[in-house]
Amino acid sequence: MSQSYGISVRGVVKAFGQGPSAVRALDDVSVEIGGGEFFTLLGPSGCGKTTLLRLIAGFEMPTMGEIFLDGADISALPPSKRPVNTVFQSYALFPHLTVAENIGFGLKMQGKPRAEVAETVARMLALIQLEPMAARRVNQLSGGQQQRVALARALAPQPKVLLLDEPLSALDAKLRKEMQSELKRLQQETGITFVFVTHDQEEALTMSDRIAVMSAGHIEQIGTPREVYTKPVNRFVASFIGETNFLGGEWGTGGVKLSNGAMIAVDGKGSGAVTLAIRPEQVRLCASADAGAMPATVTELVYFGTDTHCHLALAGGARVTARLQSQASGDVAIGVGDHVHIRASAAQVLAD
Amino acid sequence: MGMAARTSEQTLARKNTRRAWALVSPALALLAVAAIGPLAVVIVYSFLTAGEYGGVVWQFSTDAWVKVLLERDIFDDSLSFADAHLTIFWRSISLSLVTTVLTFLAGFPTAWFIATRPAAQRAFWLFLITIPFWTNLLVRTFAINQVIRNEGVMNTVLLWAGVIETPLQMTYTQGALLVGMVYVYLPLMVLPLFAALERFDLRLLEAGYDLYASRWQVLTRIILPISRPGIIAGSILVFVPCLGAYVTPRILGGGKLMMLGNFIELQFGQGRNWPLGAALSIVLLVIVTIALLVYVRTISGGDKARE
Repeated sequence: MSQSYGISVRGVVKAFGQGPSAVRALDDVSVEIGGGEFFTLLGPSGCGKTTLLRLIAGFEMPTMGEIFLDGADISALPPSKRPVNTVFQSYALFPHLTVAENIGFGLKMQGKPRAEVAETVARMLALIQLEPMAARRVNQLSGGQQQRVALARALAPQPKVLLLDEPLSALDAKLRKEMQSELKRLQQETGITFVFVTHDQEEALTMSDRIAVMSAGHIEQIGTPREVYTKPVNRFVASFIGETNFLGGEWGTGGVKLSNGAMIAVDGKGSGAVTLAIRPEQVRLCASADAGAMPATVTELVYFGTDTHCHLALAGGARVTARLQSQASGDVAIGVGDHVHIRASAAQVLAD
Repeated sequence: MGMAARTSEQTLARKNTRRAWALVSPALALLAVAAIGPLAVVIVYSFLTAGEYGGVVWQFSTDAWVKVLLERDIFDDSLSFADAHLTIFWRSISLSLVTTVLTFLAGFPTAWFIATRPAAQRAFWLFLITIPFWTNLLVRTFAINQVIRNEGVMNTVLLWAGVIETPLQMTYTQGALLVGMVYVYLPLMVLPLFAALERFDLRLLEAGYDLYASRWQVLTRIILPISRPGIIAGSILVFVPCLGAYVTPRILGGGKLMMLGNFIELQFGQGRNWPLGAALSIVLLVIVTIALLVYVRTISGGDKARE
């Protein structure tokens, strides 16, 4: 297995255009990606995640800052001189070549002996389970097969880092799930560093070792899937990943006091106004006597199969969504208009 | 399926076939009258005897076909290769080939430039390419003559600048012919190349660079193979009319440097040998057909080997 390299992005700025009309697609971005890591850049479109990927690939040059690969500055190298390969969003397979020729293209350009190219191509075809398709043209393949060819083509030259630009976005939901686990398996088998770009938070959570959540040219938070989900640092991260209830309150002793008078226990302390993020699945129905219980009125129930979303109005007007696990019968114990009590089993204070 | 249903289905199919034939019949009639008819006349004429003052005498003869390549000695009736004819054949074929290559070398970067402009600007650049079509070919060729003749713009400027002391003889040379033909046929190369390159997915370039290809390799391994249909179409559009070119060699070659087109014209005019003209026309047709077959075979050879 090839040795995997880490990437270090230091103070990178990427501006498009000149003078006052210049747009900063990346504004002072720094990130350390470890060797062998499955690292995901997550964010809405236009957040700069693809620009960062293209800078690492070498398709764009940084306006400021440096990019290091295994400790060596690669900022000025053209893409053909970087031991980094890309799986493109649109696959960008060569339409005039067969599946096998596509996979062998990189090795051939590197001037590898014919026997070695053939041997690697055969191994890659086995890896993606497309041996019978070797002599086909790529436009005779289905979307999922093209995806796998693109993956094999990028892996064949044994890159130190594999860059994946929303590679699953063109696939239907079922195929995407299959490819997610296949990608994860490939990454673990090859041990190559993967840098994966996506706007799909679920994809990011299920596949990544670590996630960088990006917005408007900045990295908002870097952490494991668990960290960014359970401990979002600000409103953007909390709302972009999963669903969240935002409740305003003030610091009190031992927690945050909401405007309706309820006290919610949180770690740490401070003073002044704060925003709390409470995940819907952390909102529980409870008895009125429980600690932190708040009276609420059920305004709407939406059945989702595995669970039911219960929209609630708190005293004082704030709205909260609770996610209640569905019973075997498919019913929930409450109905619209019921007066209930809820409490938050976990809450996160946001820096905002 | 019932018997009745099948019958009505067959009737319907027959009706559709009949209607299809009816619809293509005007086109077929036109083809018969305008293409096959004249071709038949040309073939028949090539086997007749030349009339003394032009035209043909209805008497079978293979004289014209012998004269295509051979000439009969006036004194002892022996046959030998007609060098003048061979020179004209060779000049036509070689000039057409060189013109095709030159228009490709000049046309490909041009087409690439236009195809990579923003969509809104492409129309403007294409418009510039088509401007020469607005003027008559004859006028444009005379204009080139004005530029390169001894008292022309180019010689005047060079003399004035002191680069040369006596005017350069540029008219009536193969170089002049080549310049004229490249100029005239360049748009016919650019347009099909543009059509092919316009559809080219520029992301393939990034994929190539990402997979360690050099700029030259990206050009030869990705861009050229993918734009092959455009290269084939452009080459045919230039090579075929070049072979039969008449106006350009007539004016820029000044009657001294004849090409096949002029040679054929000569037979129907001053030469008064219609059968030879007809035979030469057929030779031209055969050369074009063979050249096209060879060209298309070679250039799509890689494909066949794979499939």
